[in-house]
Amino acid sequence: MPVQYYIFLSIALFCIGVMGVLMRRNAIIIFMCIELMLNAVNLLLVAFSKMWADAGKVDAGSAQLFVFFIMVVAAAEVAVGLAIITMVYRNTKSVDINILNRLKN
Amino acid sequence: MGMSIQQIIFMVLSFVALVSALGVVLSKNPVTSVLCLIVTFFAIAGHYIMLNAQFLAVVHIIVYAGAIMVLFLYVMMLMNLNSDIEPHKRNWLKYAGAISGGALLVVLVAALRDASVPALSETATEIGLIHNLGKLLFTQYVVPFEISSILFLSAMVGAVVIGKKD
Repeated sequence: MPVQYYIFLSIALFCIGVMGVLMRRNAIIIFMCIELMLNAVNLLLVAFSKMWADAGKVDAGSAQLFVFFIMVVAAAEVAVGLAIITMVYRNTKSVDINILNRLKN
Repeated sequence: MGMSIQQIIFMVLSFVALVSALGVVLSKNPVTSVLCLIVTFFAIAGHYIMLNAQFLAVVHIIVYAGAIMVLFLYVMMLMNLNSDIEPHKRNWLKYAGAISGGALLVVLVAALRDASVPALSETATEIGLIHNLGKLLFTQYVVPFEISSILFLSAMVGAVVIGKKD
């Protein structure tokens, strides 16, 4: 199978994530769209690892471990980010990002 | 034109992933968005299996569908969000966002349409097994592995400190 299929699928998923970040105002939805973009990049990394597996130019296992570390960082990011969103909701009773344009009060 | 079984599975999984990703962005109800994102993650896990990344597929389902999305759902139900919470954004801003994302899509596809890249390797079916990845993780990448444990610890402490009622 040509790797172009995976490239275009990842581009489409990434652009859907970008559209979501630009279009929505709910902070949680924006956060989920960021996760979607991270996953698009992960999928592309795995496809490239399989693409170069024969050529021996890179170690294919390293690419998959790189994806693994991206997942680790994403999990940590979600924990802190959701804590921040929960605190914003507790203080402002809303998760609208337009309320966050002024950080004071 | 005959399509191989791999291509058919690829098409089905891609269709599911793209439709549910659009559902994340377009649905009015936040809980529906979360459920759509879970479907997307399962489709991506199917892609990982198709690419012989079995370990990553399992970890992906456990971490994303099992942990992260449950966290999202939990926070959402804690906040008791309804669809009418989200105020109406001005329409031209929505169109501007959609057009910007579409322009990015067009530019990326146009730039990579004629890229010459090698085909996927058909023989490399062993790299994604937990045996090989574990050996690599605990020899060559043991330092990043330990650092990520510190990252998790600090994220845990940070979440507790941020979420604490002062």
